[in-house]
Amino acid sequence: MNTVVFHILWTVTLFILFIAIIFWAWSGKRKAEFDELAHLPLDEEKFAPRVEKNTSGRKDNA
Amino acid sequence: MQETYNYKVVRQFSIMTVVWGIVGMLVGVIIASQLAWPALNFDVPWLTFSRLRPLHTNAVIFAFGGSALFATSYYIVQRTCHAKLFAPALAAFTFWGWQLVIVLAAVTLPLGYTTSKEYAELEWPIDILITLVWVSYAIVFFGTIVKRKVKHIYVANWFLGSFILTVAVLHLGNSAALPVSLMGMKSYSAYAGVQDAMVQWWYGHNAVGFFLTAGFLGMMYYFMPKAAGRPVYSYRLSVVHFWALAFTYIWAGPHHLMYTALPDWTQSLGMVMSLILLAPSWGGMINGIMTLSGAWDKLRTDPILKFLVVAISFYGMSTFEGPMMAIKTVNALSHYTDWTIGHVHAGALGWVAMISIGSMYFLIPRLFGKTEMYSVRLIETHFWMSTLGVVLYIASMWISGVMQGLMWRATNSDGTLTYSFIESVAAMHPFYVTRTIGGLIFLSGMFLMAYNVWKTATAADARAVDAIIPEPAH
Repeated sequence: MNTVVFHILWTVTLFILFIAIIFWAWSGKRKAEFDELAHLPLDEEKFAPRVEKNTSGRKDNA
Repeated sequence: MQETYNYKVVRQFSIMTVVWGIVGMLVGVIIASQLAWPALNFDVPWLTFSRLRPLHTNAVIFAFGGSALFATSYYIVQRTCHAKLFAPALAAFTFWGWQLVIVLAAVTLPLGYTTSKEYAELEWPIDILITLVWVSYAIVFFGTIVKRKVKHIYVANWFLGSFILTVAVLHLGNSAALPVSLMGMKSYSAYAGVQDAMVQWWYGHNAVGFFLTAGFLGMMYYFMPKAAGRPVYSYRLSVVHFWALAFTYIWAGPHHLMYTALPDWTQSLGMVMSLILLAPSWGGMINGIMTLSGAWDKLRTDPILKFLVVAISFYGMSTFEGPMMAIKTVNALSHYTDWTIGHVHAGALGWVAMISIGSMYFLIPRLFGKTEMYSVRLIETHFWMSTLGVVLYIASMWISGVMQGLMWRATNSDGTLTYSFIESVAAMHPFYVTRTIGGLIFLSGMFLMAYNVWKTATAADARAVDAIIPEPAH
């Protein structure tokens, strides 16, 4: 495969990838999640679900 | 004890944003005055337009814009990741290193040391320092992303991350050069002829696309929702226009080299991709403006929102004008005229400076344990001064630029040129004076900002406070 063919394939791959991103972002399944994520900078207390332990010795919901 | 965010480096960069804004725009007003009244270079080599102009562009883009980007990106990445900055010593190094780069630029450019590459004039030893600072910046930023406590990476961080990564690639690619000697400041580019020109404008336009656009869009996607108290209008639009910008911007560089030795197909490709760029640019503009829907009334009372909304409007305007100017036939008229200067300042003053100023007015009181600036009325005054200054600036450059282009191409029936070059220069004079006045008004607004920031930071109840990182709610 020479350089030109490689560049053609690379460009076409990226273009297809971009089309896939559009379909992914606009799929109905994403909507609710995106609407919630848009609040990330506003509802700071609500986010941060990554922590599973309790740092301050508190029992979570137990 | 509860863990706090690292605001120290944010405070440092925020203060320097105001300082470098004044310095950079002051140099701008000086060189604008020199164009109107050439005697103002006083026949001193260090004060000539040719040396001060790169000092102006470097100061406003990298010192003022760069400090604003460092400050806001360090703030946003911490606040949206619920994590303290990674590697605080490296973060401190980025501050002092970046200030050193700026000081070195302010010394070497007036002395005449230059690579002559636009927006990349600094010579090789400074380029190496920039690389070290930038790699440290990437480590701090992405390190913070890695240690985040929030699962999702908020869209502002995607824009800021792409800005950091792309600028690293651009700087390394375009600044590749061979020094003449290890003791001297002179180097030669690794590229030659038209390849050098193309690499330069691949760098130049993507510096516009990723330094002056993606970075400041990251700012918009955090501070616009915060100031409006509303979530981003369409989150999925923000995702799509992010990737559209990332995939498209990289192709637009050739529009800086229309009707040159660059192959014709490359010029046409650059033109077409520049036109396509209108779509993702306006996607971002619409998303920013519409974030205010349902809260338009706030625009009447909140001068910070006025700064942000007018900045986004100027973004929309200049990203419409840009693709138009990239059309070959329009470019034949506009290129090498003041129209380009007007276009650049619609973006630089209207978009970049105003979104930074608005964001700083939101950010700075929060860094000093206060809820708002010392004087909201002064922000309002600053807003109107900035708007009036930009409008005077770009309107005079439009008229001057189109007139220049038309005078240069006008021919008599026998094919000779209608106007001599000096006749076009004489015709530009009143517009150069108007532009200087516009710039002076914009600069004066920055002094109001400096006073307001000073009073905010030194108020009796002001203290350098680092906010507490929120604990998970469940």
